[in-house]
Amino acid sequence: MGVMQPDLLRIEGLRTVFKTSSGLVRAVDGIDLSVPRGRTLGIVGESGCGKSMLSLSIMRLVPPPGRTVEGRVLLEGRNLLELSTAEMRQVRGGQIAMIFQEPMTSLNPVHSVGRQLIEAMQVHSPGLGASALKDKAIAALKRVRIPSPERRFEEYPHQLSGGMRQRVMIAMALACEPRLLIADEPTTALDVTVQAQILDLLRELQSETGMSIILITHDLGVVAEMADEVAVMYAGKVAERASARALFEDPQHPYTLGLLGSVPRLDEERERLLAIDGAVPPPFAFPEGCRFNPRCPFAIAPCRAELPPLREITPGHQAACIRAPVENALSLESAA
Amino acid sequence: MSPLLEVSGLAKHYPVKKGVVIQKQVGTVRAVDGVSFHVDRGETLALVGESGCGKSTTARLVLRLIEPSAGTIRFEGKDVTKVEGGAMRLLRRRMQIVFQDPYASLNPRLTVGDAIAEPMVVHGIGNAESRRAKVHELLRLVGLAPFHAERYPHEFSGGQRQRIGIARALSVEPDLVVCDEPVSALDVSIQAQVVNLMKDLQARLGLSYLFIAHDLAVVKHMADRIAVMYLGAVMEIGGKNELFANPRHPYTRALLAAIPHPDPARRGRVTPLGGDVPSPMAVPPGCRFHTRCPFAQARCKQEVPALREIAPGQKVACHFAETLPDPGLDYSGGLTEAAAKRLALYDAARRKAAA
Repeated sequence: MGVMQPDLLRIEGLRTVFKTSSGLVRAVDGIDLSVPRGRTLGIVGESGCGKSMLSLSIMRLVPPPGRTVEGRVLLEGRNLLELSTAEMRQVRGGQIAMIFQEPMTSLNPVHSVGRQLIEAMQVHSPGLGASALKDKAIAALKRVRIPSPERRFEEYPHQLSGGMRQRVMIAMALACEPRLLIADEPTTALDVTVQAQILDLLRELQSETGMSIILITHDLGVVAEMADEVAVMYAGKVAERASARALFEDPQHPYTLGLLGSVPRLDEERERLLAIDGAVPPPFAFPEGCRFNPRCPFAIAPCRAELPPLREITPGHQAACIRAPVENALSLESAA
Repeated sequence: MSPLLEVSGLAKHYPVKKGVVIQKQVGTVRAVDGVSFHVDRGETLALVGESGCGKSTTARLVLRLIEPSAGTIRFEGKDVTKVEGGAMRLLRRRMQIVFQDPYASLNPRLTVGDAIAEPMVVHGIGNAESRRAKVHELLRLVGLAPFHAERYPHEFSGGQRQRIGIARALSVEPDLVVCDEPVSALDVSIQAQVVNLMKDLQARLGLSYLFIAHDLAVVKHMADRIAVMYLGAVMEIGGKNELFANPRHPYTRALLAAIPHPDPARRGRVTPLGGDVPSPMAVPPGCRFHTRCPFAQARCKQEVPALREIAPGQKVACHFAETLPDPGLDYSGGLTEAAAKRLALYDAARRKAAA
């Protein structure tokens, strides 16, 4: 093995498009990201921003007619986009595992929990005997803190609560000791007390195994709880990238500001929420220039003409906005 | 003066039957199990709780979309539990509902104008001409344009559809609007728009809201008073500021502590509540929360705690509410100065753009 790289996963210039009758949909449009070892990258955005399509692009599971047309996905230096189908199958579930929002739709209702766990394990460790597999499956259930795992092993998905099902999904995802877990809105369908349990569990499992996590969510609170690094996505592009601390302490992009203002805060009383005017544009009709410009209160003529690149505002903190930081832009204007 | 809506001892029990030909009742789902609260004119009472706590069933009972097994519902002091036929229809005009899913609650084959006018047709209000004028007025009121009346629901985004749902509820000029998770299915930025709209409409039209939600941050923003439900019963009810500052029930505390804060500095400070909500078919004896309560004692397993007044306007159903340790909740330390300044600039720029 060569020199240890700090990043487990690097995404470079990734572009995934869909050819539809309404036009070319640029779902993921030139994205650069990296996931450090043992750390969590949070990806935040609203529906239609491309965050789920990004994770499917990493896994090479983009549904047709979608296609990843450009870029590289480097897992420990190996470009996943160049692997054969067989090699990629070893990566999925082996080095990279995924969990989704609704565990009920990811579990097969007619097979017991144990049978599904064993099935997932068999693919990656063939040659293991039936009783060894069962022991391994029960250990996996124990690991995600499922009480009386021997009994749960025999049960069917409908006999489990939403939180328990998500635990089963996590057990299945972690069965082969992945280096990277992609969690796509893992707690969105869960109640707030159960969400707290699952987030707690993910943090504990991360410190036990040293895996990296990509956490996809629309909830800034969940990002603040979990992420070390954050990318805010809007309309297929990264709007802002920073450490979680920097993002909340020094938010730069107007879209990030709008998201922060849209969430009611518990520490203050305000009559009206800030909100963001308008709606996310449909992906086949992105506006010219900065994609956020029609909804941005700070937009000026150049914002409508040219797509702003991600630029460094402070070390390690990037924003794709020519107006950031906005107080400087505004004071320059009022001086002129 | 009596409150606009007063509910007492409201219950909905569903029998669970077994057998195809000869059916035997084998159990009871106690979806709502003796709930009491009131809603004053012009105020918002929020019902919060996790899934299965009976908050949506309570909403449907209040509107008598389903019939209660026990209890009374008084609207302006009049018992409406037994009202039938035309009198009930008159009453329905004064209580409307906005549903969670704006995709499912609009008929895809009706134009938006027809959908909004439908309640007026049902209640025989006005003629075609006056209804059309009213639809246009309502569309403007909820931030849409009159020409939208000719379009179909699929042409609108989720937030716009929820605005249409609100316009439809307001078409018959109700006093009480029951809002069943009205913003849960929306993206955060859109959620904020709809929440703002609902508060504006309340101030303008003097509406009362029974606001059903699970998102406590939204509830804190919308509500005047909050009732916290667990497994079909009210655990705590009170003014929102008191309830957030000094929650007296262990379940309220657990709910408040579980809200993820948008502040990475306070990560992982709380121990989440263990376990799952029990099945409403097997409600635990005694205090129904005792199986998950970190403070439960022997008495909690036997004796059902009554919902009792612990401070003016604040009621709690817990034997040991007075002796619980300090909840240690802390909402402070949110926005940094830099973030607050930029948010203020954002707000100012938005207002300027709107003007």
